Amino acid sequence: MFRSHILVCGGTGCTSGNSMKVYDALVERIKKEGLENEVHVTKTGCFGLCALGPIMIIYPEGAFYSQVKVEDVDEIIDEHIIKGRIVTRLLYKETVGEDGNIKALNDTDFYKKQHRVALRNCGVINPEKIEEYIAYDGYEALGKALTEMTPQDVIDVISKSGLRGRGGAGFPTGRKWQFAKNSPGNKKYVCCNADEGDPGAFMDRSILEGDPHAVIEAMAIAAYAIGADQGYIYVRAEYPIAVQRLSIAIKQAREYGLLGKNIFGTGFNFDLDLRLGAGAFVCGEETALMTSIEGHRGEPRPRPPFPAVKGLFGKPTILNNVETYANVPQIILKGADWFASMGTEKSRGTKVFALGGKIHNTGLVEIPMGTTMREIIYDIGGGCPNGKKFKAAQTGGPSGGCIPASLIDTPIDYDNLIAIGSMMGSGGLIVMDEDNCMVDIAKFFLEFTVDESCGKCTACRIGTKRLYEMLCKVTDGTATMEDLDKMEELCYYIKENSLCGLGQTAPNPVLSTLHYFRDEYEAHVRDKRCPAGVCKKLLRYQIVADKCKGCTLCARNCPAGAITGTVKQPHVIDPEKCIKCGVCMEKCRFGAIIKA
Amino acid sequence: MAKKIDVPFNGTKEQEERLKKALAELRVEHGGQGLMIASLQKAQDIYGYLPEPVQQMIADELGVSLAEVYGVATFYAQFSLYPKGQYKIGVCLGTACYVKGSGDVYKKVCDTLKIEGGQCTDDLKFSLDATRCIGCCGLAPVMTVNDDVYGKVTPEEVEGILAKYRD
Repeated sequence: MFRSHILVCGGTGCTSGNSMKVYDALVERIKKEGLENEVHVTKTGCFGLCALGPIMIIYPEGAFYSQVKVEDVDEIIDEHIIKGRIVTRLLYKETVGEDGNIKALNDTDFYKKQHRVALRNCGVINPEKIEEYIAYDGYEALGKALTEMTPQDVIDVISKSGLRGRGGAGFPTGRKWQFAKNSPGNKKYVCCNADEGDPGAFMDRSILEGDPHAVIEAMAIAAYAIGADQGYIYVRAEYPIAVQRLSIAIKQAREYGLLGKNIFGTGFNFDLDLRLGAGAFVCGEETALMTSIEGHRGEPRPRPPFPAVKGLFGKPTILNNVETYANVPQIILKGADWFASMGTEKSRGTKVFALGGKIHNTGLVEIPMGTTMREIIYDIGGGCPNGKKFKAAQTGGPSGGCIPASLIDTPIDYDNLIAIGSMMGSGGLIVMDEDNCMVDIAKFFLEFTVDESCGKCTACRIGTKRLYEMLCKVTDGTATMEDLDKMEELCYYIKENSLCGLGQTAPNPVLSTLHYFRDEYEAHVRDKRCPAGVCKKLLRYQIVADKCKGCTLCARNCPAGAITGTVKQPHVIDPEKCIKCGVCMEKCRFGAIIKA
Repeated sequence: MAKKIDVPFNGTKEQEERLKKALAELRVEHGGQGLMIASLQKAQDIYGYLPEPVQQMIADELGVSLAEVYGVATFYAQFSLYPKGQYKIGVCLGTACYVKGSGDVYKKVCDTLKIEGGQCTDDLKFSLDATRCIGCCGLAPVMTVNDDVYGKVTPEEVEGILAKYRD
């Protein structure tokens, strides 16, 4: 028995902040003190509060230390582990109650409203040890499915639970499985989409890094339900930690007989392999992903035939997203009614969001469907930093839209988000404040889709390019009001005529910003002004005569020679010569230069 | 587009052996199906990039045309037909980094090294790529140099970071 457990976050966010060096230092020091049999140090998956990384928790006290550096390790060992005195200086201040005692993590604002289903083991178990997963009811659902349920029973439970695809489109998972089960054929495949390509979304990665066995177990259950014996996890090569932990997990599952032949002595065979993506956003689309697993250029193909009929290598195939799978074992164990009791009528269960952008608590949150945007951004996320005003939240990445501050009380579920012009997407939630220009954001996403369009269909290949050029005209101040109408028309054309989901949703960022922030577009077009002060071509740097001391520093640093004036007299910027590099503003010691 | 640099292909016999061995292993692992992407990944691990002679070797091994190999190699962002710098710089242009100003950091790197994204400096020291989200959004904006991660980078810090890697 260990008297103390130290859990160090080994997710990508914390390891980027050197948490593994902290881990090594802890292990080394504990060894030096001869405490290996008393204190146990574990690498876990992501805790979720990435903004405070590197993070560690020490039990039994439940001390939550944030932003821990290697230099802090000695103090933690000396004070906390040896003398039993908590290092208050490193505690996450939200976990310290008014009485000075430590509050349970689940009572802090960040965690209080969360409900962890898909993320339940992340930050709790060591993802590299199958024994820890098994200790938390791991592989019990697979055992139950194989020994007590027929394949149809499994599908019925999943259908009744109301689970919908967490990859973004929200297709009912049970129905998808039923189609594949009904398809004739003696060879079928189960695939997992772990090609998380949305910029700013990292929930799937955290699940793979923190709880890889949950995905493996769920895929085995799915295989049993539809009658498949082979599975593939298609994972981004850019996620090295996830790839490594999945490889370890698959190897362990094989050693335990949980993958392979005759699982649980029932005669059911299932094995699983990894396929590494090579960096193509379109491969998140199901038919493109399968083409890519087959080794080709990842171009989508028309549906029907749907993958459930003719998928990977021409055989019936189901493809689900990582988070969808992570919910499955618990639905089998706890029942459809338990899952359906969470969320809203048409969107059951919980959803994981990756909170990022202009928000205090960057990180991963899992909330019941139906939670409002306000609760996520203010109660959990802590609002925008530096007292800035919240302007919009972007969901669904390049396929989604911006939700304005006026709709912040919308309960989040699949259907509500579509109704307000965005979509659930895989769960990226980027918060923007008054300093972000909405036209610039729309342009950013379009640049992404132009880059990632596979080029197979004209509407997407050329349409997104032309749309991007029109947005550039707006941010350059050369667009006309007529261009805005043309943009909108082109958006609908691309949506209606594209082959796959990438093109069909690519115009969403433009349409939603045009809809909710038309005044900003008009300011760019009509007044040649960027209200947020982002679009460089529309900026005017000016010197405030009252504040300028005539120190000449700006004039000496201006690379374009655009600033003139005599010593100790207010200077002026020649807008014709100014290249808007901002050097003058950086150099000025008196705050006399402003962007107008 | 990547800047074309005329570096003569100087693959060794030993690298070729390694590639052949890796491809043979892959064939067993994959059961003969869908080998192309994994083969290119192995080849890029061994050679650092995928010049024509390497693509030809893969085409011969897999029994497909060079055009097919080229088609796949140019489709995916991970593959490079040109050598990368000794220090590979990545600036994350994922949304979370972008809204926190990584675009300015990226531009600063371009200006400082006088290269564009996808290019390499003439001395083969630095190459620059705009990366997609690398997943540490809490550190935004993020810049990487090989395996080193720099968080909350400002354009003013770029010069200092690069200086660490110059001789």
